[in-house]
Amino acid sequence: MKASLTLGKVSNFLGLGIFTTLKDLFTGKLEKEDFKDFLRKSIVPLASILLFIGLWHLGAKSLYNREADFKIAKALKDQGQVAADALTACIASGESSCQPNTLPSPAQVWESFQSLLRDHNIISADKAAFIEKTAALNEKRIAAGKDAIVYTGRPSFVDQIFRSLQTVFAGFLLALLIAVPLGIFIGLSPTLKSSFNWFIQIFKPVSPVVWYLLVFMIVKTILIGSTNDSSFTISFISVGLCSMWATLVNTAMGVSSVDKDYINVAKVLKLGTFQKIFKVVLPSSLPLIFTGLKITLSVAWMVLIAIELLAQSPGLGLFVWEEFQNGANDSNAKIIVAMFAIGIIGFLLDRIMLSIQNWVSFDKQDAI
Amino acid sequence: MAYLELNNIYKTYGQGDNETEVLSNINLKIEEGEFVAIVGFTGSGKTTLVNLINGLIQPTSGEVLFKGEPVIGTSHERGVIFQNYSLLPWLTVGQNVFMAVKEAFPKKSKSELNEIVSNYVEMVSLTPAINKRPKELSGGMRQRVAVARALAMKPEMIIMDEPLGALDALTRGNLQDEILNIWGKDKRTALLITNDVDEGIYMADRIIPLRPGPKATLGPEFKIDLDRPRDKTEMNDNANFKETRNAIIEYLMDIGNERKSEAKEEYVLPELTPKDFVNQFR
Repeated sequence: MKASLTLGKVSNFLGLGIFTTLKDLFTGKLEKEDFKDFLRKSIVPLASILLFIGLWHLGAKSLYNREADFKIAKALKDQGQVAADALTACIASGESSCQPNTLPSPAQVWESFQSLLRDHNIISADKAAFIEKTAALNEKRIAAGKDAIVYTGRPSFVDQIFRSLQTVFAGFLLALLIAVPLGIFIGLSPTLKSSFNWFIQIFKPVSPVVWYLLVFMIVKTILIGSTNDSSFTISFISVGLCSMWATLVNTAMGVSSVDKDYINVAKVLKLGTFQKIFKVVLPSSLPLIFTGLKITLSVAWMVLIAIELLAQSPGLGLFVWEEFQNGANDSNAKIIVAMFAIGIIGFLLDRIMLSIQNWVSFDKQDAI
Repeated sequence: MAYLELNNIYKTYGQGDNETEVLSNINLKIEEGEFVAIVGFTGSGKTTLVNLINGLIQPTSGEVLFKGEPVIGTSHERGVIFQNYSLLPWLTVGQNVFMAVKEAFPKKSKSELNEIVSNYVEMVSLTPAINKRPKELSGGMRQRVAVARALAMKPEMIIMDEPLGALDALTRGNLQDEILNIWGKDKRTALLITNDVDEGIYMADRIIPLRPGPKATLGPEFKIDLDRPRDKTEMNDNANFKETRNAIIEYLMDIGNERKSEAKEEYVLPELTPKDFVNQFR
């Protein structure tokens, strides 16, 4: 009972009502009048998912046939009937060397997903064994004042995801630390607002790629002579700078448009400047600040892929790029797996922020 | 010397051609311990007058004197109960009151402050709701919080800007009694702004009508010679009450008519004859 309650709570928290409804169906709690609601909330989304997969399957099949036909026709023209027959047989046999390179089917993507998980298990086991093997040696090295030996093997897909999340959170934190205080100052002072306005207007629409290059120019010089890999630093700073604008603008707007009634209260109570900012202005602009932070996080996750790719910083972006360059038989399928991972994680991040936002918001209409 | 004195107050908004004179030649004297009500139509500049007295805005010309000193800003000596409660929605009832008390008595310890808070919340009988947020309260309860917040600062004068305007008749009556009770206890000076003549008569010692703006100015005052505590049912049969009430209402009605005759624009109504639906289907 307790477990199911928590499931319901968690799914409601994340805005995934479908799980609650499904649970009700299995526990027999569903009333007849809820049936329509159940149809709308569970069956319809499931049907649309199936329809999507079906269309994808058909589309992938037709693309596959088109590519195969073209390959065979080309072989026939260039090398003659024998080569064409051999190629047809090769394609039909499923031999990986001669498969047409096109959009993978859902089944291939699912297979790649499982193979990535298997790969992850192998790498984790390898890593655990390595750590066990070097534990004693590392202790000695640390005692002797030397750096410990770390595992430098290939990262698995799951490792890449966590690495990407790290980059995004570092970037998000940077955006928060820059944009929120700056937004408060800009919102409080009309002078600062007019002096920063051009800056915001010009830099806001700059593309992630250009931000990356700009950060690269600066950080490269700052970290000159350092032997450490600066790609992580560069990528998280770029992500932060790219995504902070929504928070900056929203914070400034929230702070500068506090309800006049609240300002009057602050005046009548004779609150000092700091008291006024922390007790009245900030709480009343929190909902807008969080709307900005939500946009910032989703923008950060979106630009992350492009920036990791450019910065060669480990993560999903680099994974996608390496698979594309790799051109192995299942590379395309792996790219699609990464695409879904990016989408689903982005969706979850957005949901979490939305819940936090709802939690800090107060209903103004109710409150007066 | 009067406790609160308004001398030749003029207040204009806007500049140049857009300049509108909201208040014009306002003169008012309130003695210590007195309860004065200002009655006026909506939009007649009542809130502007209140904000002048509590120091949120400054007059264009003339002066507001409080205990002989010109008012140049807000002060803890003048507690304000706003028209729209103005509670901070992210704070609980207790925190809303605590914030005011802490500002009014910065030297007191936290436990002393908490005691003041709980006393005043108790006084407006909201102790069970002390940890609730404003949105969980009804309109009457919110207004009581606003009353507690204003009074907990122990102001020497209470300024109320249509404090009960948004409430239903029953809650209104109860809160009127509560406010009178509190006022009677230590006889603070009180200024009530209202659009309800009966409320003014029930609560105040003097009623002063505000002639509607633009160029709002104060009309002749009406003294209310009724003994306290007043009883609403008895009051209705009191000849003195009837007379005063009629005089005030007549005065306000006259202003209203005057205003109507002053209106220059005449609205031409379109000539419409209703369609004949009965004969249409025969």
